[in-house]
Amino acid sequence: MLIKGRVWVFGDNVDTDLMMPHGAFDKPRSEQAKWVFRANRPGWVDLVKKGDILVAGKNFGTGSSRPAALLFKELGIDAVVADSVNGLFYRNCIDFGLPAFNCASVSDSFRENEIAEIDPRAGTIRNVTTGISLKTGKLPELLLKIIAAGGLVELLTHEGYLEPSGS
Amino acid sequence: MGMTMAEKVLARASGREVVRPGDILECSVDQVVQVDLSFALMDKVPTRVKSPEKISVIFDHSVPAPSVKDADGMAIARRYARKFGLKLYDVGRHGICHQVIMENAIALPGTLLACGDSHTCAAGALNCAARGLGDAEILHAACKGTAWYIVYPTVLFELEGNWGEWVSGKDVLFYIADKHGDFVNHNLEFNGGAVEEMILDDRHTLATMCTELSAEFVMFPADAKLLSYLRERTDRAFEPVSSDPDAVFESVLPIDVSDIEPYVALPHSVPHNTIPIRKLDRVRIDQAFIGSCANGKLQDLSAAATILKGKRVAPEVRLIVTPSSQEVYLEAVRLGYVSTLVEAGAVITPPTCGACFGHHMGVLARGERCISSSTRNFKGRMGSSESEVYLASPASVAASAMTGYIVDPREV
Repeated sequence: MLIKGRVWVFGDNVDTDLMMPHGAFDKPRSEQAKWVFRANRPGWVDLVKKGDILVAGKNFGTGSSRPAALLFKELGIDAVVADSVNGLFYRNCIDFGLPAFNCASVSDSFRENEIAEIDPRAGTIRNVTTGISLKTGKLPELLLKIIAAGGLVELLTHEGYLEPSGS
Repeated sequence: MGMTMAEKVLARASGREVVRPGDILECSVDQVVQVDLSFALMDKVPTRVKSPEKISVIFDHSVPAPSVKDADGMAIARRYARKFGLKLYDVGRHGICHQVIMENAIALPGTLLACGDSHTCAAGALNCAARGLGDAEILHAACKGTAWYIVYPTVLFELEGNWGEWVSGKDVLFYIADKHGDFVNHNLEFNGGAVEEMILDDRHTLATMCTELSAEFVMFPADAKLLSYLRERTDRAFEPVSSDPDAVFESVLPIDVSDIEPYVALPHSVPHNTIPIRKLDRVRIDQAFIGSCANGKLQDLSAAATILKGKRVAPEVRLIVTPSSQEVYLEAVRLGYVSTLVEAGAVITPPTCGACFGHHMGVLARGERCISSSTRNFKGRMGSSESEVYLASPASVAASAMTGYIVDPREV
């Protein structure tokens, strides 16, 4: 499995309240996604395309347990790579089926619109535009399985653990 | 080579002899706590659960329900709890989950607790390994009884020295944030003579706030104070953990609490964004808020009542006080804190997470500024993205409510 896509670059300490502002809570999922980064980067949701990759600085996703990772999936983001990913946001990414990686100097190695290629099993990310390659640390098999299933909700639904929505 | 407290809990819960930083584990969780907001946001309900006796459902984020979506989520949660005979802390028997977890000894020393709220490491004050989980994995923990954990390196804080007037766990956290920044992908452990002196409420505040430093597990020792608190609240057996003498810490950071004074966190983040209040220029406020899982406890209402007794909230300021549970609320009524605060001009709300995350009971308008004892000061956290939140201890918030600007409580 290789993940290849156009890169967006964000800074340090981007928090969950920017990703999923409170105003989005009572909206349907598709509309919630339109609220992503409204306060720090208005209009970004109209530019992002399916298959894009997020690159960020330190402590990406600091904050609450709210399902912000789902909104990135809704927007078509295929992977998140940050200098460091906040622990809870990392869990949320993996458990909602969005590959996420810690990579110490990734935010210095990419500019927006460059192309990244990630190899989760080998634990590498390559800047296809500049040729620079970095180690991301390998994703453990346990987590790869969750991602491959599309996340824990899909896994539980498939195994009959969850009621159908709206029932 | 020995293990730290969190490592010991994770080793037992994963059925291993030894775990080391870098290991990834599938663990059986001892307790699962689900909150109302998860049901409102996810609309997912288990058809079967692994161990009903290990699951609690606590209403806290939106109590009483401020919207139909919240009310629907709570209705779903009630049906779910009744279907499986789960312990339900419904409106009137509720509180902010971390407070309820403590009061009802849902968290016990040496156990592993999973809860779908980010401030779950609060339970570390009870020598319980707990970290916040997301909405998908909390469903997984309820259905299958397990969750995955990565073992991270541990940093040990050794607190010694004498506590200054109006210096609390909140100020210690801001001092650490000032000197050391965040602790992404690290467990924290606290010990030392100054920790022994802290009352349990204050340890719980410090543990809760470690979320703002992005810590994983946060562990406190199971000392006589904790054990006597738990003996009054549960007959369940438990086995506390302590770090081995040869446990490996990534670093050991001594803190002399005598150096710490009342602190404030400036708007929009905590790590490397805190200063002693006396170094702050005069900052006027529109709202003062005392509440949240961090600081809506009895100690906090007591501090506020002590400062505001016989005084008045400044004319252009509104003071909102949210006790963190029904138990705290009732005790604050009995002890006269509530009447003291209302006489001073405060509004008392029911226990809820409401104001802290801009949901209800204290939402900020454009251009407004709030001094808050809550957990988080992200942009737009308590309302408009054009508002500002400063964080401080309840004593500092109460003093500021009185003067109308952010002030060191030692100055009033």
